[in-house]
Amino acid sequence: MASDTLTSSARTDAEITGLDALEIAGRDKEVSRGARIWAATWPKLAALAITIAAWQFVVWTGWKPPYSLPGPLEVGRELMTQAQGPQLWEGIATTLRRAALGYVFSVAVGLLLGLAVARSTVLRAAIGSMITALQTMPSIAWFPLAILLFELSEKAIFFVVVLGAAPSIANGVISGVDYVPPLLVRAGRNLGARGLNLYRYVIAPAALPAIVAGLKQGWAFSWRSLMAGELLVVGISQTSLGAQLTYSRELSDSPWLLSTMIVILVVGLVVDAAFGAADKAIRRRWGVLDQAGQ
Amino acid sequence: MTSTTTTPQSATTAVALSGVTKVYGRGANAVLALDGVSLDVAPGEFVCLVGASGCGKSTLLNLVAGLDRVSGGQITLAGDANPGLMFQEPALFPWLTVDANVEVPLKLRRLPRAQRRERVAELLRTVHLADFGRKRPHELSGGMRQRVALARTLALDTPVLLMDEPFGALDAMTRDILHDELERIWSERKLSVLFVTHNVREAARLADRIILLSSRPGRIIYSTEVDIPRPRRIDSPEVAAIAAEVTERLRTEVGRHGQ
Repeated sequence: MASDTLTSSARTDAEITGLDALEIAGRDKEVSRGARIWAATWPKLAALAITIAAWQFVVWTGWKPPYSLPGPLEVGRELMTQAQGPQLWEGIATTLRRAALGYVFSVAVGLLLGLAVARSTVLRAAIGSMITALQTMPSIAWFPLAILLFELSEKAIFFVVVLGAAPSIANGVISGVDYVPPLLVRAGRNLGARGLNLYRYVIAPAALPAIVAGLKQGWAFSWRSLMAGELLVVGISQTSLGAQLTYSRELSDSPWLLSTMIVILVVGLVVDAAFGAADKAIRRRWGVLDQAGQ
Repeated sequence: MTSTTTTPQSATTAVALSGVTKVYGRGANAVLALDGVSLDVAPGEFVCLVGASGCGKSTLLNLVAGLDRVSGGQITLAGDANPGLMFQEPALFPWLTVDANVEVPLKLRRLPRAQRRERVAELLRTVHLADFGRKRPHELSGGMRQRVALARTLALDTPVLLMDEPFGALDAMTRDILHDELERIWSERKLSVLFVTHNVREAARLADRIILLSSRPGRIIYSTEVDIPRPRRIDSPEVAAIAAEVTERLRTEVGRHGQ
C-alpha cells in the first residue's frame, strides 16, 4: 500500500514535468541582437535617405531661390560649422536646462495631481474634466497671459511648459490607476497588502505602463511649449535654440535656420527614443510585446 | 483576548459561519445573495461548495476572506487566521518573476531576505516549479500559472485555503493532475479547504464533504459526506456515484427556477 502511493506520486511528478515541458516548448524564440538592431534600423535609414533625396529634388526644381531653401549639402556643412563653435552647444545647454527644469516640475505636479484625483471622488468630480480640458488647450494660447504675468522672462516659459505638460502626466496617472485590474487588487489585499503597501506592491506597478505613456506625452507637450516660448520670449540674453531660430530668420540665414531645426528635431527624437525604450522594456516584462506585434 | 473567545471553538472548527447573510444594494433594488448560511469547516477538512449560477458561492468566499462585509450573521476563523484565496484566474503580478510573485506575501510579513529565499525555493519545489523561478508569468502555461498562484497563497502560511473555481479554466488533463497535487499538498500541510466549484465530479473527487447551495438567494439545501478512500481517481465508479447523486439534487434546484 505504501509503495503503491509512492509509485503513484512519482508518476504524478513525471506527468507534471512532462506536461510542463510540452506546454512551454517552442515559446522561447531567440533572435540575435545584431539582426534585431538591423531590423529596427534599416527602415529608419531608408526613410531618412528618401527624405533627403526628396529635399534635394525640390531644391533642384528651382521652386524657391537657394537663399530661402538651401540644399541638404549646404545645410549639412552649416551644421558642421555650428557644431565646431560654442554657440550651438550653449543654445542646446540653455534649452535643455529649461526643458529639464520645466519637465521635472511638471512630473511632480502631474503625479501628485493625478494620484489625488484618482483617489478622491470629490476631486475627480471637481477637476477631473478640467484636466482633460487643459490638455486640449494649445499651449501657445497661454503665452499672452504668461507674458502679462511674468513679462518676457524665463518664468513665463516655465509657466507655459508646466501648464502644457502636467495635465498629460496627471491624466496618465488617473487612467493608469483606473484600469488596474480589480482582480489584482483583490489578490494583493488577500496577500496582506493594505493601505500604502497596496499602492507600492500592486497599484503603482500595475499602473506603470499608462503612467509612462502619460510621461511621454507630457514630454512632447513640454518640448513644444518650450519651443513656442523660446520663439516668442526672445530678448533674454541667453541664446537658446528657439532664439537662434528667430535670429537666423531675422538675418535671413536659411542654412543656419534649417540646421537649428534639425538640431531641435534630433533632441526631440532622442528623448522620445528614451521613452520608447522604457515603454518597450515594460511591455516586454509584462509579456504584452508579442501581442502588440512588435 | 480574542484567543480566549475562540479557543473552545478552534479545537473543532477552522472556519465557522453562523447565519451569514449578504445583501447587495438598498431598498427596492436590494438583492439577497446569501440567506442564513451556517457552516463549520473542521481543521484539515476539505469542503466543496457546489451550486448553479447565482448561488453566491464567490460572495461567500469573499466574506470569509475578509474582502467584503457580512450584512448579518458571523464568521469566525480559528486563531484569527488570514485565509488564503485563489481565483479562477491565477491573478499573478505580470511585472514580477515567478520567484518575486511568491515572495510578495513574505515581504509583506517582513521576513528577512535569506529566509524569504529559502521559503520561495521550498514552495516552488512543492508545486514542482523549482526550475521556473526566473520566468515571468506570461512565459508559463495556464496550469503552471495556477500552481504559482497556489505557491504564493501557501506563502501566507495560513491553515485555511479558500478556492474559487481554481481549475475552471484548465483543460481536463491538467485539471486531473492538479487535483492530485492539491490533494497531496492539502494532506501534507493539514489545510482546511473551502473549495467552490460548479463541477460536481471535481467536488466528488476532492471533498470530504459536499455542500449544495440554492440559487437566489444562496442557502444550504443539501450536504453529504464523501467517504471514498484516498487517493481517489476522478473516473472511479465511487466518485461517479456521488457525483450522480449531487447532480440530481442540483438539477432539481435549477428546475425550480424554471417554473
